[in-house]
Amino acid sequence: MSASTAVLRAELRLLLREPFSLFWIVAFPTVLLTILGLIPAFREADPDLGGRRVIDLYVPVNVLLALLMAGIQVLPPVLSGYRERGVLRRMSTTPVRPVSLLAAQIVLHLAAALASVLLVVAVGRIAFDVALPGQVPGYLLALLLAALSALALGAAVTAVTPTTKSTTVVGSIVFYPMMFLAGVWLPVQAMPDLLRHVVEYFPFGAASQALDQAAGGSWPDWAHLGVTAAWAAVLIAAAARWFRWE
Amino acid sequence: MPIIEVNGLRKVYGDRPVVDDVAFAVEEGEIFGILGPNGAGKTTTVECLGGLRVPDAGTVRVAGLDPRADRAELTRILGVQLQESELQEKLTVREALELYSAFYPDPADWRGLAERLGLTARLNARFGKLSGGQKQRLFIALALVGRPRVVILDELTTGLDPRARRDTWRLIEEVRDSGVTVVLVTHFMEEAQRLCDRIAVFKQGRVAALDTPDGLVRRSAGGTVISFAPSRSLSDEDLAGLPEAATIERRNGHLTVHGTDTTVNAVISLLARRQITAHQLRVTDSTLDDAFLELTEEQEH
Repeated sequence: MSASTAVLRAELRLLLREPFSLFWIVAFPTVLLTILGLIPAFREADPDLGGRRVIDLYVPVNVLLALLMAGIQVLPPVLSGYRERGVLRRMSTTPVRPVSLLAAQIVLHLAAALASVLLVVAVGRIAFDVALPGQVPGYLLALLLAALSALALGAAVTAVTPTTKSTTVVGSIVFYPMMFLAGVWLPVQAMPDLLRHVVEYFPFGAASQALDQAAGGSWPDWAHLGVTAAWAAVLIAAAARWFRWE
Repeated sequence: MPIIEVNGLRKVYGDRPVVDDVAFAVEEGEIFGILGPNGAGKTTTVECLGGLRVPDAGTVRVAGLDPRADRAELTRILGVQLQESELQEKLTVREALELYSAFYPDPADWRGLAERLGLTARLNARFGKLSGGQKQRLFIALALVGRPRVVILDELTTGLDPRARRDTWRLIEEVRDSGVTVVLVTHFMEEAQRLCDRIAVFKQGRVAALDTPDGLVRRSAGGTVISFAPSRSLSDEDLAGLPEAATIERRNGHLTVHGTDTTVNAVISLLARRQITAHQLRVTDSTLDDAFLELTEEQEH
């Protein structure tokens, strides 16, 4: 077994030992979707939404929520804790570079978020008759870019905060506006025009538009994909620039 | 050729040099002790050896490798036990040993190491649930699991009970006997005296002395101490005639003489000549403790 595989396997076991983390990433978005779907009015066609139902809009929203949970809420305190407790430092004296530990954590949180995405889409389809994404490649591309943004934002939060405590606090502060941008309180597509045009320039607002378009069967606007990709690039650069190993 | 060479090593934090012009060489297969008060620069020095810190000046070579530039080769032959490093809270002892074994090309059998370090009963325990001594023993196992040529142990037996400490000492001696070079940072004089072939005494970022444990003791003023309660009191004249006696002390009918082996022999023959019995006779060497305190005390006088 190669060293990187061994690290990945050990970190997978550790993630599976964190029931609360798994709940927030994998279960919570589907729970929220189910609660919203149980409200009868949300299952009726709404002329203001061009004949779509509120629950149709909330499938992409909860997909984004899964990414935000993994990237911003759960991942940063883990990375920060590894740094603060000297786990990275200890590993840096072995032939394995500590970056492989960070990479393993990022990959595993991404995998947990994608499992959550599948669950949200499946429950949406089975329980509430929400159509499956119409433009699958476009959907996957938007999903990938949004996931990169969420993980990079989490890594950037870890980079600029020195302790596990401050990482948790800053992560939570960042988490709420990101949920707003993703449309958790009010789907981006239901926002007033002016607000929507502003939100579209922020990472998860643009991703929300892209996912919604792809779900509806058309190729997402390149502008939305471009904005999401640009934010991902900026955040990755910021995380790489400011991350400290100790 | 020495396996570790340090020359002109300097490390400054802010404007305070914590390591200042340190030089020493460690021969292959020896246990080299680094001794010194808190803040003397011991840990910073071994962190430079392990490639964790970049020296501000000077050169460090471990097995001919530069710890920073040749990191990949160095980490394969170097085992490290650090202060202030922990493992993942929920990783079990077994998982930690398996994980670290997977890092090295030709690892030791971790089960044997766990057995030697008394960890077998705790293999399924999570790191966070281990006692301080158990964590310490796990760190020692992880430092050795890669079959290193050089192992750095920073505060080896801190947190261990006396039995575990002695078991650990035996293990380290066996490790040395198998040809591994050991650099040992320690606070315990008994440990340094028992284990180290040579010791560098650090003081304020510099090497204040470098010698064998016996050599350090011999250098100290204390030398050999003989104490006893004579059955009849000895005359001042007789006592004044003792060769190489540094100090003579009488207290409550007890006599204590600091001197050398020659002094001890002279005292014994004097007692025989005067037919005086010595009760509670003790002859002790001045210890490494004494030598250490002498070497590291502030030289204000």
